[in-house]
Amino acid sequence: MSAAHGEKYKSDGSVTGGLIEWVDARFPLLTLWNDHLGKYYAPKNFNFWYFFGSLALLVLVIQVVTGIFLAMHYKPDASPNASGVPIAFASVEYIMRDVSWGWLIRYVHSTGASAFFIVVYMHMFRGMLYGSYHRPRELVWVVGVLIFLTLMAEAFMGYLLPWGQMSYWGAQVIVNLFTAIPFIGEELGVWIRGDYVISDATLNRFFSLHVIAIPLVLLGLVAAHVIALHEVGSNNPDGIEIEDKKDAKGIPLDGIPFHPYYTVKDIVGAIVFLMFFAVIVFFMPEGGGYFLEYNNFVPANSMITPPHIAPVWYFTPFYSILRANTVNFLWIDAKLWGVIFMGLSVMIFFFLPWLDRSRVKSIRYRGPLYKIALAIFVVSFLILGYLGVQPPSALGTVLAQVCTVLYFAFFLLMPVYTSLDKCKPVPERVTG
Amino acid sequence: MKRLLIALLCAPLLVFAAGPELHLDRAPDRSRDYPALQNGAKIFINYCLNCHSASYMRYNRMRDIGLTEQQVKDNLLFTADKVGELMTIAMRNADAKQWFGVAPPDLTVIARARASVSGSGSDWLYSYLRGFYRDDARTTGWNNMVFANVGMPHVLWELQGEQVLGSDHKLKMVKQGLLSPDEFDALVADLVGFITYMGEPMANFRRDLGIAVMGFLAILLVFSYALKREYWKDVH
Repeated sequence: MSAAHGEKYKSDGSVTGGLIEWVDARFPLLTLWNDHLGKYYAPKNFNFWYFFGSLALLVLVIQVVTGIFLAMHYKPDASPNASGVPIAFASVEYIMRDVSWGWLIRYVHSTGASAFFIVVYMHMFRGMLYGSYHRPRELVWVVGVLIFLTLMAEAFMGYLLPWGQMSYWGAQVIVNLFTAIPFIGEELGVWIRGDYVISDATLNRFFSLHVIAIPLVLLGLVAAHVIALHEVGSNNPDGIEIEDKKDAKGIPLDGIPFHPYYTVKDIVGAIVFLMFFAVIVFFMPEGGGYFLEYNNFVPANSMITPPHIAPVWYFTPFYSILRANTVNFLWIDAKLWGVIFMGLSVMIFFFLPWLDRSRVKSIRYRGPLYKIALAIFVVSFLILGYLGVQPPSALGTVLAQVCTVLYFAFFLLMPVYTSLDKCKPVPERVTG
Repeated sequence: MKRLLIALLCAPLLVFAAGPELHLDRAPDRSRDYPALQNGAKIFINYCLNCHSASYMRYNRMRDIGLTEQQVKDNLLFTADKVGELMTIAMRNADAKQWFGVAPPDLTVIARARASVSGSGSDWLYSYLRGFYRDDARTTGWNNMVFANVGMPHVLWELQGEQVLGSDHKLKMVKQGLLSPDEFDALVADLVGFITYMGEPMANFRRDLGIAVMGFLAILLVFSYALKREYWKDVH
């Protein structure tokens, strides 16, 4: 019998202490609490950028809870009702009007979708600023990119559900991308849609995937992300390992327990975030036509193609990369090149830990090359995002092509410029 | 460096600065003007709710704009038997398609659907409903400034009169209707106000609640920040 085990029980075999001890003798409650909160030592110098991890978790909870209530009233049915409106579309308006607080639940969910991407993009950018993907956190990063991919699938499928014109034609465009794959493309498209066009079959399976399958994967990946992070410990804005300097008790000198220090700090961050969130929900729920596209207030109509099909803003950088491919090259046509480059533009994030050859993690101690490269990357990403919401134009295409090249150059040239970069000395202990 | 980045960011804006834009007149705000909204409801139900449904909207929802269920029942309940019913129409969709070529769209959320970079959905409707002109080339005899070759005839022509499109691409009144131009504009503004209200009947409540929520969060922020400072005293 181990010492720990001995402390839990009295000589007659009953448990010492109260309810918590009773539970703890049967389930690693205190161990979990201590490993992840009470005795999880996080660097004390987290800055603004470190709010976005806990905020992503908050948005996830918001989406799950509001989603549960929406699913109680939403009907994934593309057939027309007595007034000729698709039942799915009408059920969303039913939620907006006849379900108590339905409008609030729905706006929180629709705003939450965009907020999720804002928070996740900031969270990823934080990783790039401070080199949080470096050894030993490669798996934290890889799982994070998997979360990002899963989130894109979740958002894409969720966007079909209101069954508006943009839902319909956006899904049509994206699913058609898969048909560009040689040999199996056409069959693959039919397999995804369950039909030759986006239809009731597609709506039903997307609903199922959106409310069950993908969220399950998402929750599993988020758990893996946090477990992997807590195994190796958090990075920080100085990009140094706090585990290297410990006191006599084995506690990192620059570490503080996550609870209560970061729980109380993250509560402040959450409230500030919720204030921005509430401004959107209560004063501009359409987000200027970016969070809820105007044309999506028109029910889906397979006979009328909108003149300009724009994906929701969070996909537009990748959509621009797709559209930037206009040349048939070798035996591959432009559309397939577009699909390949769009796929690569997301997948390439997986390789970041191995592309970066720098010996320092944080941008604070990196040389000018990385700073310039990162700045160019961010600007390219933003321009691509902007171009993606605009109708195609000759100048826009050229600009998108330039930005696509810069986007990929950031990753592909990374081994070169990060090796050449003149880094500054890294301090022993965290600063500020 | 920063200036360069800002310049880079603005570059694509210049490229697209000269896009073609629809000119829309600004619709007056009627969102809190209950008599105007009630007047709009009357016009909507008399002129629009024969061909167009508003099938997500219930009659008794109009309590929002200061009407009682009895008032709705006595004055506005033309297409349904009960005040809790949806504002549907008798015309079947398939028939409408045959008669008009295209089924007149449901108008419940039309004000939200017609928003664009050129203006709000209210602006679009306000310009559209005042933008009909005589065009013999069209089967209905009417065309529209905002919605070229629209399928709908000028339903309010009796009130507005007849306009023609001048060679300067401006509308000219050739036959005065029952109302003066100012009276007609006010009537359309009321109608558009109602259609806008109908698109999002909770909009006023949403904004009011938003202010309360912001206040609540602001107070919460003060306390949570004080708590954080208290805890972090021993870190710094």
